Amino acid sequence: MKFDGYDPGETFDEMFQSPGRPWPGTSLLAQRLETLAPGELSRRQQAAERALLSMGITFNVYGHTDGAEKIFPFDIVPRVIDAATWSTLSAGLAQRVRALNLFIADVYDRQRILDDDVVPRALIESASGYLLPCRGLKPPNGVWCHITGTDLVRDRDGKFYVLEDNLRCPSGVSYVLENRRVMKHTLPRAFEASRVRAVDVYPGRLLDALQRLSPRGPDATVVVLSPGRFNSAYFEHSFLARQMGVELVEGGDLVARDGAVWMRTTHGFDRVDVIYRRIDDTFIDPRAFRADSLLGVPGLMEVYAAGGVALANAPGTGVADDKVVYAYVPEMIRYYLHEEPLLPNVPTYLCSNPRDLEYVLDRLDALVVKCANESGGYGMLIGPASTVEERARFAQLLRANPRNYIAQPTLDLSRVPTLVGDHFEPRHVDLRPYILHRGGDDVWVLPGGLTRVALRKGSLVVNSSQGGGSKDTWVLDEPAAAQRQSQSQSQGGQSQSQSQGGEPC
Amino acid sequence: MLSRVADAVMWMNRYVERAENVARFVDVNLYLELDLPQDERTAWAPIVATTGDHSLFRERYGEATRDAVLRFLVLDREYPSSVVSCLSAARENARSVREVISSEMFEVVNQAYLAVRGADPAEALAAPHDFLTTVKQASQLFVGTTHLTMTHNEAWHFGRMGRLLERADKTSRIVDVKCFLLTQRPAAPGSPEDELQWLALLRSASAFEMYRKRHRRVTLPDVVRFLVLDEAFPRSVYHCVYEAERSLRAFTAAQGRDDGALDGPLTALTALRDELGRTTVDAVLDRGLHESLDAVQTKLNAVGTAVYETFLAR
Repeated sequence: MKFDGYDPGETFDEMFQSPGRPWPGTSLLAQRLETLAPGELSRRQQAAERALLSMGITFNVYGHTDGAEKIFPFDIVPRVIDAATWSTLSAGLAQRVRALNLFIADVYDRQRILDDDVVPRALIESASGYLLPCRGLKPPNGVWCHITGTDLVRDRDGKFYVLEDNLRCPSGVSYVLENRRVMKHTLPRAFEASRVRAVDVYPGRLLDALQRLSPRGPDATVVVLSPGRFNSAYFEHSFLARQMGVELVEGGDLVARDGAVWMRTTHGFDRVDVIYRRIDDTFIDPRAFRADSLLGVPGLMEVYAAGGVALANAPGTGVADDKVVYAYVPEMIRYYLHEEPLLPNVPTYLCSNPRDLEYVLDRLDALVVKCANESGGYGMLIGPASTVEERARFAQLLRANPRNYIAQPTLDLSRVPTLVGDHFEPRHVDLRPYILHRGGDDVWVLPGGLTRVALRKGSLVVNSSQGGGSKDTWVLDEPAAAQRQSQSQSQGGQSQSQSQGGEPC
Repeated sequence: MLSRVADAVMWMNRYVERAENVARFVDVNLYLELDLPQDERTAWAPIVATTGDHSLFRERYGEATRDAVLRFLVLDREYPSSVVSCLSAARENARSVREVISSEMFEVVNQAYLAVRGADPAEALAAPHDFLTTVKQASQLFVGTTHLTMTHNEAWHFGRMGRLLERADKTSRIVDVKCFLLTQRPAAPGSPEDELQWLALLRSASAFEMYRKRHRRVTLPDVVRFLVLDEAFPRSVYHCVYEAERSLRAFTAAQGRDDGALDGPLTALTALRDELGRTTVDAVLDRGLHESLDAVQTKLNAVGTAVYETFLAR
């Protein structure tokens, strides 16, 4: 299928630097895709979707009863990141996560950064993610944010910016792994020839990071705590438990007593050492936080505070999730690490600052306004796409509660060719890499990530709840391996001549 | 194993088995329809009667016509024991224990559910036999896949026990259909219609060919001997109870408790197996076929309750 007529336009295109001219790292993939007969790619796309449905790789849509799951729409054309770009990104992400972890530890301990007025005290004390019961806690190895998912976007100039940090229960890594599994079947030859770095090491690394937290040594009983199968990310909870070979539990399966946490089994109670919780901070223990939570375990926080069980991520990390606190991350990096940030933030206007507020109110039609504590694309105004009424409503909200809002320029997110009917069209994407913090300076970044794509033409909203889909993300290996690459290509050629029918790509 | 997980593994197995058996019930009548002379209308009410849900049926559908019964037992999403509801429940349970079962098992259940849910009702009613065959094959594929892809650990044994208890119950009900048929349209023992009814029952339990190899002539005592008391036929009540006991024993042993606190269900199941192993066809028929089957069903239920109270409810 040809890229004739594919116009990358003015926006940064991840595959083409100009019409018909791929970037060096993507030319192999572009060539391969062009060798496929028209119709073949659509057939493979459909086969991939059927595979995802059959494997039950779905998310739940709230408010539906029957057939409530949908597959997360998947596009067959992968997004490629070359080795040099990735190495900068990955260093920047590791740096950011180290600083964020030090910040959370500081905020719940001596609060140096607040005393030094680098981050305003009032901002933290009014943050809904700041949890007083966590003050003074000492999580194992000094790690608070064990698992982070950081959202990156690429602007018109090709430069990456951090859009937000997700430090509570970032989701989506299961799609990274399953998309990859499907892609290996779907475009096997292009995949092999491109020398893509493996992502399936993730569950092993995650398990290792979790076991290190055990209060009882390395033979730890690790569990994944899920709100249950009606949660939108249930597939992922179950997937990660399966990949790590650990139990998937729900709140009702656990009891906290005698200084430990136990799970109810068919033969009695078994002790649990480490809980990878996928329940939001304030739901994990109705005694410590929200009394109306039915998802959590009464008494869990008390056992946790006394060191009887480890939690990942540590409760309280949400304080750094706040979109206003986000604006201070570059300062945190300078403050704690004495380094310059390797990855820039998107320029951000804080509405709590009167001058910023006036500026934002003046330019609501040009800016993106975000609520400090919403996710999933909710509570957001995209200025250029908004109506007069929506802008009026947001103007009111901003004036009523300025602390709760930030605004950013509308970025022209980069685009990737995407299969639309029988041809390719550019669609906007973002990128969420996953970062594991394992104590000290030991921070590991999964080479890959979730590329979310806005499937609607012109749309900048990539959230699955609002018409977004995903693509496989190919992080390429170092170019030193170029020689091996041509060998595997010619082997692929042999297997092609032997295979019957179809066109391996 | 987590109690909640054990519960879901058991019910996943039971629901798949139940879907298959509902398909088999319906098949009894479809066979009869083909075999009986055209002027004699096949009675569909007895099939509904065996489910025990005849009042619910009457409320929703009224008269027991072929289409109404098929819709009720196969396609009705509101009726919890219809084929589509059973597969949906099996899948929900499978979804909640994906970390315990193999991916292949989940895919079989998921595909069966998607196929049944996506089926066109008009087509399913026009060619119900094909449709029901798909359901039966999906169940058999599930059992084979479970056998071959899942470690034969405590979860496997617990699920297998659930499936076998379900099958024992349902085979006893398939035999019971004959009792209901007799009350509706009496057929003299040995008459052609009597034989046709027995053949339909045997076919619906996939037992016809195996029965012929064992007993040849179709008579009431021999059919009961085969479907209720045979040691080796995999759908006979006795065989299912025997194998369920084996799995329950393995499961109980795996719990690592030697204080006898978890032995209740096993004791009940062993007693039932022992009773079925000793009894004779004459004793069963003397007591009354329906009454005997009813007693077996009651004891199977008691085992299920003991399992729940001992392992699952804490």
